[in-house]
Amino acid sequence: MIFFELFITFFKIGLFTFGGGYAMLPLIQEEVLAHGWVTETEVVNFIAVAESTPGPFAINMSTYVGSILGGQALGVIGSVLGAACAALGVVLPSFIIILIIARCYEAFKKNKIVKGAMSGLKPAVIGLIGAAVLTVAQSALFVADSSGAIVYDFTSYAFFCAIGIFAVMAVLAFKKVHPILLIVMSAVAGIGLGYLGEVI
Amino acid sequence: MKKFSLALQLFAAFFKIGLFTFGGGYAMIPLIQREVVEKKKWVTDDDILEIIAIAESTPGPIAINSATFIGFKVCGFWGSFFATLGVVLPSFLIILAISNVLKEFSDLKPIKYAFNGIRAGVLALIVKSLYTMYKKVKKNVFAYIVMGLSFVLTAFLDINVLIVIIGCGVAGIIYSLIPLRRLEGKIEK
Repeated sequence: MIFFELFITFFKIGLFTFGGGYAMLPLIQEEVLAHGWVTETEVVNFIAVAESTPGPFAINMSTYVGSILGGQALGVIGSVLGAACAALGVVLPSFIIILIIARCYEAFKKNKIVKGAMSGLKPAVIGLIGAAVLTVAQSALFVADSSGAIVYDFTSYAFFCAIGIFAVMAVLAFKKVHPILLIVMSAVAGIGLGYLGEVI
Repeated sequence: MKKFSLALQLFAAFFKIGLFTFGGGYAMIPLIQREVVEKKKWVTDDDILEIIAIAESTPGPIAINSATFIGFKVCGFWGSFFATLGVVLPSFLIILAISNVLKEFSDLKPIKYAFNGIRAGVLALIVKSLYTMYKKVKKNVFAYIVMGLSFVLTAFLDINVLIVIIGCGVAGIIYSLIPLRRLEGKIEK
């Protein structure tokens, strides 16, 4: 039964992925490719798609694989059902685990050990967000060549556009413009500058 | 009844967050800060740091982990349920709708251009989040060392995030058990 198999496989992926996002790629590749559900190229293509649709990568990926496989088995209804099974599978482990932790957390919050651990974890998260800034900066400001390596080109039109949008949006962000409005403005600016680049 | 309305508000807030998070993971922090911390005041920036730390040390995507955790904090199980449903639903519906034309979708020129812009905008948002979070965290020599180490280890040495998180948690426990407080008080401004 493909739907049950989808659920179990993505449950496993959800259970063993720490950190989420691309951290789950190796596991997805292993599981999904081993089943022969999608090809390596499809996985790579999908990364580009996941980046251009909102929401967590894990949900995007599981919904995609589920809907394709369910659709092959049962048409439109199968596609919805398959997507639901896969997405539910990937969400359920974290949902259950966090529920348990959240229930206990208030009780343990004052605990000396938990407090001590948090005194190390909070600054660690700052460091992690700092690292995320670098990763995002790489993909936001530079273009990767065909092999996937980032090319640090400081003179390209794309770089000037990106750094310009970044600078304006950074000012607006610190002026407390709503993040959603800011994302919409960035998209409009990207489209405008993109077409402008074709003309000049 | 009050609980039901809270659960609905959670659903709406996290639906918005799910709909406008591009790039996943840390890209959603600015949105959570605005919707959940500033607007609804359900949790504080300090809570967000704790939630991310917990999210990073438990399996699953940060988006799901934080939605479930914040939802529970606000109104128990049903809060978790509706917050998680809210954050999942936008991507689920969008991917389901376009799953057959996915490749064509991401190859569309306007979509590509829009995302060149969005990536730069998301970068600005994360930089701002980093700044506000940095302001909130308690600063002492130990905190600076941990910050620097976790940054260098993940950004440049490619050490697995989970290992960094566990290491920093253990370091925090050891540090809190050693009475170095007097020294630290002098350096703290």
